[in-house]
Amino acid sequence: MATPKVLILRAPGTNCDHETAFAFEQAGAKADRVHLNRLLENPQLADEYQILCLPGGFSYGDDVAAGRIVGSLIRHHLSDTLKKFQADEKLILGICNGFQILIKSGVLLPDVDEGEMPATLTWNNSQKFEDRWVNLAANSSKCVFLDGIDEIYLPMAHAEGKFVAESAETLTALENAGQLALKYVNADGSSDNVEYPANPNGAQMNVAGVCDTTGRVFGLMPHPERFIDPTHHPRWTRGEGGTVGAGLKMFENAVNYFG
Amino acid sequence: MTLWEVDIYPGSGQVDRAAEGLKADAADLGLMNDLPIAVAHGYLVEGDFDQTEIENLAARLLADNVVERTVVAQVGCDSLDKSPNGNGASLVHVLPMPGVTDPVAQSAMTAISDFGKPAAAVRTFHKYFLGDESNSLSEQQLDTLCDKLLANDSIEQVIRGPIDFDRLTFGTPYEFEPLITAIRELDDDGLNQLSKDGQLYLTLVEMQTIQAYFQKLDRDPTDAELESVAQTWSEHCSHKTLAGRIAYKDENGERHFENMLKETIFAATVEIRKQLGDKDWCVSVFQDNAGIVRFTDNYNLVFKVETHNHPSALEPYGGANTGIGGVIRDPMGTGMGAKPICNTDVFCFAPPETDAESLPPGTLHPRRVMKGVVSGVRDYGNRMGIPTVNGAVYFDKRYLGNPLVYCGNVGLIPHEESFGDAHDNDLIIAVGGRTGRDGIHGATFSSAELTSESETLSGGAVQIGNAITEKMVLDVLLEARDKKLFNAVTDCGAGGFSSAVGEMGEKIGAEVWLDKAPLKYDGLTYTEIWISEAQERMVLAASEEQWPELEKLFAAEGVEAVAIGRFTPTGRLCLKYGEATVADLDMKFLHDGRPPIVREATYTPNPVTPVELPPATGVNYNEDLTNILGSLNVASKHWVIRQYDHEVQGGSVIKPLVGIQNDGPGDAAVVRPLLESRRGVVVSCGMNPRYGDLDTYHMATSAIDEAMRNCVAVGADPSMIAILDNFCWGYTDRPETLGSLVRAAIACNDMAVALGTPFISGKDSLNNEFSYFDDNGKKQTIAIPASLLISAMGQVADVSTCVTMDLKNADNLLYVIGTTHNELGGSHYTMLQGNDTGGHVPKVDVQLAKATFAAVHTAISSGNIRSCHDLSEGGLATAAAEMAFAGGLGAELSLDKVPSSEENAHAAVLLFSESNTRFLVEVEPTKAAAFEAALANIPHAQVGQVTDGSEVIIRQRGNSMIRAGINELKEAWQSPLDW
Repeated sequence: MATPKVLILRAPGTNCDHETAFAFEQAGAKADRVHLNRLLENPQLADEYQILCLPGGFSYGDDVAAGRIVGSLIRHHLSDTLKKFQADEKLILGICNGFQILIKSGVLLPDVDEGEMPATLTWNNSQKFEDRWVNLAANSSKCVFLDGIDEIYLPMAHAEGKFVAESAETLTALENAGQLALKYVNADGSSDNVEYPANPNGAQMNVAGVCDTTGRVFGLMPHPERFIDPTHHPRWTRGEGGTVGAGLKMFENAVNYFG
Repeated sequence: MTLWEVDIYPGSGQVDRAAEGLKADAADLGLMNDLPIAVAHGYLVEGDFDQTEIENLAARLLADNVVERTVVAQVGCDSLDKSPNGNGASLVHVLPMPGVTDPVAQSAMTAISDFGKPAAAVRTFHKYFLGDESNSLSEQQLDTLCDKLLANDSIEQVIRGPIDFDRLTFGTPYEFEPLITAIRELDDDGLNQLSKDGQLYLTLVEMQTIQAYFQKLDRDPTDAELESVAQTWSEHCSHKTLAGRIAYKDENGERHFENMLKETIFAATVEIRKQLGDKDWCVSVFQDNAGIVRFTDNYNLVFKVETHNHPSALEPYGGANTGIGGVIRDPMGTGMGAKPICNTDVFCFAPPETDAESLPPGTLHPRRVMKGVVSGVRDYGNRMGIPTVNGAVYFDKRYLGNPLVYCGNVGLIPHEESFGDAHDNDLIIAVGGRTGRDGIHGATFSSAELTSESETLSGGAVQIGNAITEKMVLDVLLEARDKKLFNAVTDCGAGGFSSAVGEMGEKIGAEVWLDKAPLKYDGLTYTEIWISEAQERMVLAASEEQWPELEKLFAAEGVEAVAIGRFTPTGRLCLKYGEATVADLDMKFLHDGRPPIVREATYTPNPVTPVELPPATGVNYNEDLTNILGSLNVASKHWVIRQYDHEVQGGSVIKPLVGIQNDGPGDAAVVRPLLESRRGVVVSCGMNPRYGDLDTYHMATSAIDEAMRNCVAVGADPSMIAILDNFCWGYTDRPETLGSLVRAAIACNDMAVALGTPFISGKDSLNNEFSYFDDNGKKQTIAIPASLLISAMGQVADVSTCVTMDLKNADNLLYVIGTTHNELGGSHYTMLQGNDTGGHVPKVDVQLAKATFAAVHTAISSGNIRSCHDLSEGGLATAAAEMAFAGGLGAELSLDKVPSSEENAHAAVLLFSESNTRFLVEVEPTKAAAFEAALANIPHAQVGQVTDGSEVIIRQRGNSMIRAGINELKEAWQSPLDW
């Protein structure tokens, strides 16, 4: 099997780049951490990679709005590069701040009107940053990263993760297209009345992750790279960590896609 | 140029959550109920934009089309003043004061440029519409809201009504003018006046020494020279009191110290290292910005805890924000730069339910202080990508004027990068943030007592941090380190360039070109540049050969790096502004010229007074237990903990909250900083301000014991735990106050040597007293209790052997390890009876403690303990309740077999005494024999078992002393601080 190369894009304030690179390497990929400035100087750099990953963190401090400034830089300078990346049927993954960037750059969901986003990620209902583990259910047959995953338990850690669509029609359309790929569920796996803290931020339709129409671009608020070892699980001392961290599967799916 | 205003409101159908939060805060502070409020945030943008361009920026960059709506107009336009709640509202704008760091504005400037046309300046603001037609506010009500809720006038300005200025750019070019102070001719009064007016905070003897130095030179000093001396000699930078001569007297006689810290805490480490011989695992202690110990074959660990108390008292958010930002720069500035891997934060506040009417002038409400401090630490730590894994919060009304904010950071550094030294003729490179007028006099200010006037006097000492600037510095610094592009690094902390360059060049000499330092704005004098404490700056020493590549690397990551001088081998500190020399001092005078401080210290032990106990039979303690669980020190801190990212960097092993619902109180945190390794770092702390009211010696040994217990309880190897001391004390010019500190330091020495547990770094913050004039014009002073924080950093060879405190399975056995004494002094049991001074303070049997820690570690690492919790605040009953509700299981215990130093001990003593070196552990029946063998020489007894019920039942001689449901107990524990 060929070893896919992952471009882990780091911007000022990105802070999950090391562990995300480690997760991809555990899954069998070769990962490089690349500063955004390098890609802006030389967009062709992307051609060397099969997977683009925007990891978590606080790019530009979440200033103005989470993901907004890098999103804007991408719109202005890297839009063609990423379109080509998608057209080449390569994979793009955005985790937490990376998801926020994918949404705000228009890479994940095309604008309804120029510069008008169909959906956003905004402040949690609690109005503050929170770190807690959440139960999730996959809700997509096409998302490459979620292949073989029905339910998964992962940590979230964010302040601006509430998914809101610009209209009820847009939300329904995304749901019908199978793009609302990952959802918060209750601890017993049920998806009725998922209330805080099971839905930690008040996201519409309990959306935790979204993919594009092809299933090859995926963004999610929870952190799969933070559960790739049994001792990451908050109850591993109670025997609940399993033998391998469940989050690793998402990275393996990405690698196996090129297998 | 035009000044545009972009107001951003919640979009239609969106809840105005900022307004909701504000209403709740107003109600909490007892200010206002059900006041209609609407909130917008926004940007003032100065530049050559037309309406279309600015609307485009508003729509595409500044606001979110899905959830927000905007109002865009030139400042002064009526359309900006319309309240969403209709007529009758009072309009208030709150902006950071000019010159105060505004990270969002900085980022917005960058992003706006990328749209094609740069802005000349940007400022952010919040806009509040208070009241409506039927609820209009009086001027006085408005004043109160602005003052208590909306703004802090040490960093923010309030504009009532519309924005009333038409430009943002400020600062006028500085015209060089050297300032000379005629010190030689001053008498003693004049010297005192100069020290006070110049905010030098130097004593008369120190001023006389400076005077004599310049008399000998036959010239008068420049302001930069005076400031350099004041910074270097400040309590904050030189620790002159504790490192000074002290004549100490207590019930054991007299003792004279030439250097108190060196002869107590530091001496303990020297002794331990000698005993360890070639097994010594300390690498660098008490010399660099942080202590260093060995971790793996390739890496060392670095640890430092600092305080940021005075700034946090005035501006809780900014003070705590820059507190954590500052301590992170300590490991970054240790050796050749360590990678920060986790944070620990401990706070002391007055109780949040303090009556707002009772606050002395110049103090902020403790609830506001707590919210501000937690947000400040959260926003900086999370943005730095460093997990905050450990902490504690203590409450005592004596922290009202002086809240304490301890911030700590652990770093990881390769062995070969653990030391750095500037070389002769290296360039002095300033990197990171720019220099502004922020934080002038922070070092001298933090060494002074706070008064109700401090806010007006020292507002400049308070700052806001910009975490992303520091994160960018960190990223590129570590790259530069690995490429060997510099020879030494240190952080700019208190004293700014003055301290950083002074320390690095102490043995060499330095020439600094102050006009080369990058500035935030025009108008700074050479002295302001020299002593500014602007955040996120570090200083590197690089050779001429290293510099070009270093400069290129920093530029590639967008971090400013500028050569501002040279370490010239002259033994002198020479400051230049252009061609002019503005300071020329002998390094020796600067660092060794300070006259030694000689102080008296006395300690008189308090007599022990009795504690009244209930009748031996016919009572139960359910209510005492619930009250203890609901007391602020014990109650769940989940509201704080969950706001911190405790899992970033991907090495989380034991989280701060544990158990079946991830919400029980873990004893210590464990992280795995090397993702490919199984070796873990354990972080914990211990602190008992209440014991200090009885005896600071035993307070100190108890704090060390508690920090060790917490570390060992999760699996740390007690033979490799390093500890830090942070003394926060009152006014140490008073012999009794200094005496109580010296006594604690002696205890630290005794305990550390006996346990073989070295101190590797420490810090002190003195004069934590708050003075004000009460309604009768009488001066009142609130002194904090003696507050010694011990932070512990342990190691565990394989994290898979770690344990947590939540009960795991019914029918497992429960053992108490350690002896319970009649030690209710300072306990939470007596506190809730309103008795602050009665009873015997808990003591430590150090030899037994050492053996107990070793035995517990053996039992844990061999897999014979299923869960383990240390006994601390609230004693055995509290620990049992916490273990039960964290595990979602019941527990039945009998007090009859609990190892005790008294026969037929009273139930209250066995339940609630806070005797040291005790644990409650859960053991599987099949492992009982192996467990007991490991504990053979340690007092221990099986006292009960885990049940599959939902009650905690504790009996004595068959009588139920406690019988309570775990859900009720948990609710009592979780609700007080469930904000």
